[in-house]
Amino acid sequence: MNIPSWRAVLPFAAAALVAVPLAALGGPPPTPAKAPAKAPAPAAAVQDIQAEPPPFSEGIFPCSQCHDKAGDPTPRQLAFHDDLQAELHHGPPSRWCLDCHDNGKRDFLHLINGKQIPFTESYELCGQCHGDKYRDWKVGVHGKRTGMWDGKKTYFLCVNCHNPHNPRFKALKPEPPPIPPQEQGR
Amino acid sequence: MSDRNRLPVIQDETAGCGADSPSRRDFLRTAAAGAVIAAVSGCKPDAVVEELQRRHLTELSPARLQEMLGKLEKKWSAQYGKAVTVGARPPMPGVNFGYGLDLSRCIGCRRCVYACVKENNQSRKNPQIQWIRVLQMDKEHGVALNHATPYYDPEKVPEPGHFYMPVQCQQCRHPPCTKVCPVKATWKDPDGIVVIDYDWCIGCRCCTAACPYGARKFNWAEPNLPAAEMNPVTDYLGNRPRPMGVVEKCTFCLQRSRSGRYPACVEICPVGARKFGNLLDPESEIRQVMERKRVFIFKEELATEPQFYYFYAT
Ligand code: SF4
Ligand code: SF4
Repeated sequence: MNIPSWRAVLPFAAAALVAVPLAALGGPPPTPAKAPAKAPAPAAAVQDIQAEPPPFSEGIFPCSQCHDKAGDPTPRQLAFHDDLQAELHHGPPSRWCLDCHDNGKRDFLHLINGKQIPFTESYELCGQCHGDKYRDWKVGVHGKRTGMWDGKKTYFLCVNCHNPHNPRFKALKPEPPPIPPQEQGR
Repeated sequence: MSDRNRLPVIQDETAGCGADSPSRRDFLRTAAAGAVIAAVSGCKPDAVVEELQRRHLTELSPARLQEMLGKLEKKWSAQYGKAVTVGARPPMPGVNFGYGLDLSRCIGCRRCVYACVKENNQSRKNPQIQWIRVLQMDKEHGVALNHATPYYDPEKVPEPGHFYMPVQCQQCRHPPCTKVCPVKATWKDPDGIVVIDYDWCIGCRCCTAACPYGARKFNWAEPNLPAAEMNPVTDYLGNRPRPMGVVEKCTFCLQRSRSGRYPACVEICPVGARKFGNLLDPESEIRQVMERKRVFIFKEELATEPQFYYFYAT
């Protein structure tokens, strides 16, 4: 049982409408009507995909506001970004700012091979260690997408859900439980 | 069916003509029940008789369908004080929907439950109707319904030692609910979605009993849908307002999904546990899940063959 599918019928109807005047004018033959059973919706073309902007702490970015040249690369306790350093829980304790942030081009990150990447492409950086998650994210198995399942969609970057300095997902307050039937007064 | 098993009903001349011809209309016509009901309910007899005598949704002419939808739009726009649209989006050709839920991600926050209520115009309380039920289970016991509760309410989720399994309509390939419906008020569309015509439903609740997943909910009282919270973009078989005494359930948000959008629960989930797409498209997220992860279906032994897949991404 099925509701009549207008989408399937419309191309024919449209083609028929076009065909009559064109034929009368002796013009070129009309484009054939699209097959009603259209092929499975193709995966979104690359240009249909947007990413959420990465989250920046207010007043911190661009880093070049303060860092106009390369700094001392020695890992040490910082006086200014001590708050970020205090909450840095990502991998081994030896992890240090310049492992990911670039010392030369301050508004950029860098990969292990030295390639500088903008913050909007930080997933490449994450993917160096978390290759399995990166693979899953690229095909939509890990992470979140919103928009159209068969078209334009927005990807969430790793950093939209995981604070890169402290990536473990935080516990949430749950929404209220359902009311048991015996308590649903009428 | 042999004659021996047949109930001794008196058949009128049209009953049982086509194999699929629903006999409710014929019954009502011969019994002149429309007039009786109209008198009892105090409604305008013409409108009620006309309503009761209409054909099954799948047999309506496009013009008649549009006329019917138009009337509903007018009625609800006035009732809710906003421009309500009622579509009848047909299944998209070449599309068969599949849903994936990552049990290794879900934290049991119930954001999906309330996003669904809001999108789909469920009754808020008395009766409280929710199409998604999140079950808290013990890691020790795995997926076991005898160690599950939907009523957990801690300060924070997830709780140690537990995992969460949201359950909603599984859109079975062999749906027991549609088989038992005596009036064909519910059926499976070619895109996989099991739909209900709330105006055709007689409220017998056979389907509710037949569903092994507890997915079907009954409006025991007049639904309580505050006008301010009413979602005015509706579909006849989806989230349009329901009357008292009918059954409803998850439709994969067909008013959204049949227009290409993700269901509301997919978009709200803060951990991205919910995946949705076209099973016929090898590049879709749901197919990629099936390609790369081990998926399972709930209560596989019942051979309902759901189009809803659970998986563990890690
Ligand atoms: S919103 Fe996502 S994480 Fe929260 S209960 Fe629903 S599926 Fe689980
Ligand atoms: S409650 Fe409605 S949909 Fe369910 S079996 Fe009865 S008539 Fe059919």
